[in-house]
Amino acid sequence: MTMIFGVPLAVFMGQLMLGLINGAFYALLSLGLAVIFGLLKIVNFAHGAMYMLGAFAALLGLQTLGLNYWLALLLVPLLVGGLGMLIERYMLRRIAHLDHLYGLLLTFGLALIAEGTLINFFGVSGSSYPTPTALQGGYNLGFMFLPIYRAWVLLAALVVCLGTWFIIERTRLGAYLRAGTENSALMQAFGVNVPQLVTLTYGFGVALAAFAGVLAAPLYPVSPTMGSSLLIVVFAVVVIGGMGSILGAVLTGLGMGLVEGLTKVYYPEAANTVIFLVMVLVLLVRPAGLFGKEA
Amino acid sequence: MTFNRNTLVSSIALTATLMATGAQAQMSDNAVRIGYLADMSGTYRDLAGPGGLEALQMAVEDFGGEVNGAPIEVSSADDRNSADVGANTVREWFDTQNVDLVAGLVASSVVIAATKVIEDNNGLGIVSGSAASSITNEHCTPNHIHWVYDTYPLANGTAKAVVEQGGDTWFMLTADYAFGHALEADVTRVVEDNGGEIVGTIRHPFPTSDFSSYILQAQGSGAKIIGLANAGADTVNAISTASQFGVVQGGQQLAGLLIFLNDVHAMGLEDTQGLLLTTGWYWDMDDQSREWAERYFERTERMPTMVQAGIYSSTMHYLETVAEEGTDDPETIRAAMAERPVEDFFSRNGRIREDGRMVHDMYLARVKSPEESTGEWDVYEILSTIPAEEAFRPLAESQCELVTN
Amino acid sequence: MSHTTALTPAMKLQRRAKLRRNALYLVLIAIGLVAPFVAYPVFLMKVLCFALFACAFNLLLGYAGLLSFGHAAFLATGGYVTGFLLSSYPGLTPELGILAGTLAAVVLGALFGALAIRRQGIYFAMVTLALAQLVFFLFVQSPFTGGEDGLHGVPRGALFGLISLRSNLAMYYFVFAVFLIGFAIVQRAVHSPYGQVLKAIRENEPRAVSLGYNVDAYKLLAFVLSAGLAGLAGATKTLVFQLASLTDAHWHMSGEVILMTLLGGVGTLFGPVVGAGVVVSLQTQLAQSPLGNWVSVILGTIFVLCVLSFRSGIVGEIQKVVKKNFK
Repeated sequence: MTMIFGVPLAVFMGQLMLGLINGAFYALLSLGLAVIFGLLKIVNFAHGAMYMLGAFAALLGLQTLGLNYWLALLLVPLLVGGLGMLIERYMLRRIAHLDHLYGLLLTFGLALIAEGTLINFFGVSGSSYPTPTALQGGYNLGFMFLPIYRAWVLLAALVVCLGTWFIIERTRLGAYLRAGTENSALMQAFGVNVPQLVTLTYGFGVALAAFAGVLAAPLYPVSPTMGSSLLIVVFAVVVIGGMGSILGAVLTGLGMGLVEGLTKVYYPEAANTVIFLVMVLVLLVRPAGLFGKEA
Repeated sequence: MTFNRNTLVSSIALTATLMATGAQAQMSDNAVRIGYLADMSGTYRDLAGPGGLEALQMAVEDFGGEVNGAPIEVSSADDRNSADVGANTVREWFDTQNVDLVAGLVASSVVIAATKVIEDNNGLGIVSGSAASSITNEHCTPNHIHWVYDTYPLANGTAKAVVEQGGDTWFMLTADYAFGHALEADVTRVVEDNGGEIVGTIRHPFPTSDFSSYILQAQGSGAKIIGLANAGADTVNAISTASQFGVVQGGQQLAGLLIFLNDVHAMGLEDTQGLLLTTGWYWDMDDQSREWAERYFERTERMPTMVQAGIYSSTMHYLETVAEEGTDDPETIRAAMAERPVEDFFSRNGRIREDGRMVHDMYLARVKSPEESTGEWDVYEILSTIPAEEAFRPLAESQCELVTN
Repeated sequence: MSHTTALTPAMKLQRRAKLRRNALYLVLIAIGLVAPFVAYPVFLMKVLCFALFACAFNLLLGYAGLLSFGHAAFLATGGYVTGFLLSSYPGLTPELGILAGTLAAVVLGALFGALAIRRQGIYFAMVTLALAQLVFFLFVQSPFTGGEDGLHGVPRGALFGLISLRSNLAMYYFVFAVFLIGFAIVQRAVHSPYGQVLKAIRENEPRAVSLGYNVDAYKLLAFVLSAGLAGLAGATKTLVFQLASLTDAHWHMSGEVILMTLLGGVGTLFGPVVGAGVVVSLQTQLAQSPLGNWVSVILGTIFVLCVLSFRSGIVGEIQKVVKKNFK
C-alpha cells in the first residue's frame, strides 16, 4: 500500500475530501461575511445566528408545514434574507454614520437574543433533520465511502460561491456594488439608490449564511448553539484571507478546510487550534491577510 | 487538621441551631429551605435544567409542602455552567437565606466548586447531575451525596457487556480533557480485564462538531467496536456522523458510554438503533416508574431523564428523613439518610455509602429500532440489571479521605 | 484674594471641577469603606473585580479607540496562574501570587499586542478574538488549569504572611485596595501627557504620526497596560472565589466586558464601574428569578438598545445632563 507520511494513501485521500467539504462551509460563510463587509464595513457577528436560523427554519418548516428539503433550500434563504433586510433597514442604517465597531456590537447583541430565545423554546440537545431521500446512501470511491449528501454539499457550495463571484465581478449589479464599496457618495450622485443596494447586500450575505444552515441541517444536529462556535473559526478564516477579496474568502475557506482535515489525521488534539495558529503565522508575514489589500 | 476544624464548626452550628429553635420543632428558622442549582440555559439544560426543578417541586408538593409544620421553601438559580457563579450562589444561599439543602448540581466544575462551599458552611448537598466519579472519590466531603450515576458504572456496565458479546477489539474516540481521559482509562481497564484489546485511540478536541475524519479513521482501524468516551453534543455528533458513513452496515458497532434519554430522543432511533448503553433508571422499566413518569409527563410534556427522576427521589428521601428525625441539622440528616435504605420508583437496593456515593442497581439497555418502538419516548429495551454492589467503584479502591482515614 | 483674581474664568472653572472631582472621589471611597456592612461582601467583591476588568478594557477602547474582543484571555490567565501557584506552593503569599498572575497577563498582552496592533478597527477586534480563542483551547487542554473541572480550593492565605484573608471582610478590604490601585493607574494614565497622545491617536492617527509620535509604541503600551490590569482583576477574583474556571476564558466573557463598558459609558472613568455593577447585579438577580433562563436574551437586548439609542452609556448621559444644567 502506498503510504503518505505513515498514512495509507486511501485514508489520506479520504481525509482530503472531508476537509474540502468542511472547507465548503467555511467558504460559504466567509463569503457572506466578505460581501457584507465590502459594502457596509460591518463585521456581521449575527452571521452564526443566521446560519443557525437557516437550519432551524428548515427543521420547523418540515415539522409543521411539511416543507421538503428542496423547497427549504430555496425558501429559507429568502426568508432569512428578508429578516436580514429588516435588520439592516431599521437598525444598522440608524448607526451607519457611526464608527463601524457599533455595527459589530449591535449584531453581537442580536446573536445573543436569537440564540437565547431559541434555547428557551427548543432546548439545547438539538434535533436531527432527515437526509432527503434522493441523496441518501453513498458512493464507494475505492479509497473511501463517500455519503452522497456530502458530495452534494460540496457541489452546491461551490456552485453558489462561483455564482456569487460571477454576479459581483461580471454583472452590472456587481459593478454598482464594487463601486459603492469604493465611493458610495459618488454612486449616489450618479443616481444609484445606494441605501437600497446596502439593504439588498446585507440581505444577500445573510441569505448565504441561511443557505449554509439548510445544507448543514442533515449533517449536524440542529441546535440553537450550532452557529456561535463555528462563527469564531470563520472569523479566523476571514482574517487569514483578508477581507478585501471575494475569491480570497472562498479559496481561503476551502484551503483551511484542507489544513484542518490533515491535522485531524496527524495531530487530532490540535484540530480546533490549527486555524488560529495559521492565522498568527499569516499575520506575522502578511498583516493584511493572504488576499487582502494593505489597509 | 481538617477533621478538627470541621467538628468544631459543626458543633458550633449545632449548638446555635439548638439555642435558636429551643423547644419547638428543630427546624432551623422554622422552615426547610432547598436551593436548586443547575444549568438552566446552556449545554446541560435538557438533562436536568427546568425539568429538574419541576421534579423537585413535584416532590415537595407530593410531600405536602411542609415538614412537621415547617414550610418547605424552594429557590432556584441558573449556574450558567460557571464554577464561580455556582459557588457564589451557594455561598450567598448559606450566608443570606440559610439554605438547608442544595439540590440539582450538574456540571462537574460547578459541582466541585459548590461542594467545597457546602463543606465550608457545613451544609448538605445532593448531586444528581454530574458524571464525574471523582465527586465521591478525591473530591468527596462529609457534606454531600452523589445520587444518580457516575462514569464508573457506565464503563463497567457497557464495556463489560460489549466485550462479553464478542466485541473484543475497540477503537476509542476520546474527548481531549480530564473527563474524557478518565472515562477512557475506565473503559480500557474493563476491556482488558475481560480479555479484549484497545487497537487505537484518537483524542479529539473538546468540543468538536465534525466527526467525519475521526469516524473514517475508526473505520480504517478494523476494530469491532468504536467506543465514544465523550459526552453531550460530541457524542450526538459522533453517532449521527457514524450513521451517515455506514459504520454499522460496515460491520462495526458503536458503544456510547455517556448517553441520556434526551440525546437519543434528539437524534432519533434511525441513527441510534442498536446502541448499547448503561442507565441508572428508565421511565418505562416497570409499573412504579411508569406511574411516576406519566405524572411528570403531564406537567412537562417530556419524559424525565434519569437525572430528573433522581432529583425527585433524592428530595423525597431527604424530606422523609427530616420528618422522621424532626430536625434539619445537616450532620444528623446526612447520617440518618445513610441509615435508611433507598427504595422507591427510582432506586432499587439503594444505600448511601460512607464516601457519599448512593449505590443502587444500574441497567444495561439497548436502543430500539424504529420498528420496535411504539411511541416517541419508547426508545430503550432494558437487557439486564447490574447489581448495586458491583456497579460502582468499590470502597477498597477509594481515595476518599472519609474512607481511607 | 489677589491670587484668585489673577485666574481667568476658564481656569477657575477647571479648578472648581478638580475640587469637585476630588470631593467625589472621597465620597465614593467612604461609600466603598462602609459598603460591606450594608451589602453582601462577596457580591461587592465580584462587582469590584469586574469593575477593574472593565476599567482595564475601557482604557483601550475609550482612550485608545481599540476594541479588543479577546480580553477574557487576560482575565483567565491572571486567574489561572495565580490559582495554580497558590495551590501548588503553600508558602507563597497571596500578594505575590497576584503579582505573578498579573505579570503573566502582561507577557501575554505584549504577545497579543505585537500581533494585533498591526491592524486597526474591525481587524483588530477579530485578531484579538481569534488569539483569545487560541488561548482558550490551550487552557482546555493544559493539565495545570484542570481543564473542564477548573482549579478549586485555591487558598486565600495571609496577606504578607500576616493578615489572614479567610474572613470575607478582610478579603473585601484587600480587594477594595487592589481596585483603588488599579483605578488610580487608569486615572493617572488617562490624565497624563501619555493619555493625551493616546486620545490624539484615537481621533486622528495619521495626524499623530505626522507629529512624530511613535504610534505603534503608544498603542502597544496601552494594550499591555490594559492586559496587565485585566490580569490583576482575574488574579484577585481567583483569590476571592478560590477557584479559576474556563468561564473566564470563554469569548462570552470578552463580550460581557464590552457590554459593561458600553452600558456604563465608553471613555468615562466611572462608566465601566457603574456598568460592571449593573450587569453583575442584573445577572445575580435574574439568575434566581423566574426570568433566569432569559439572562442572555436580556443582555442581548441591552446591547442592542445601548448601540441604537444610548451610546454614551449611563455615566455619559449623566455627564451630558450635568453639563447642560450646571454650566
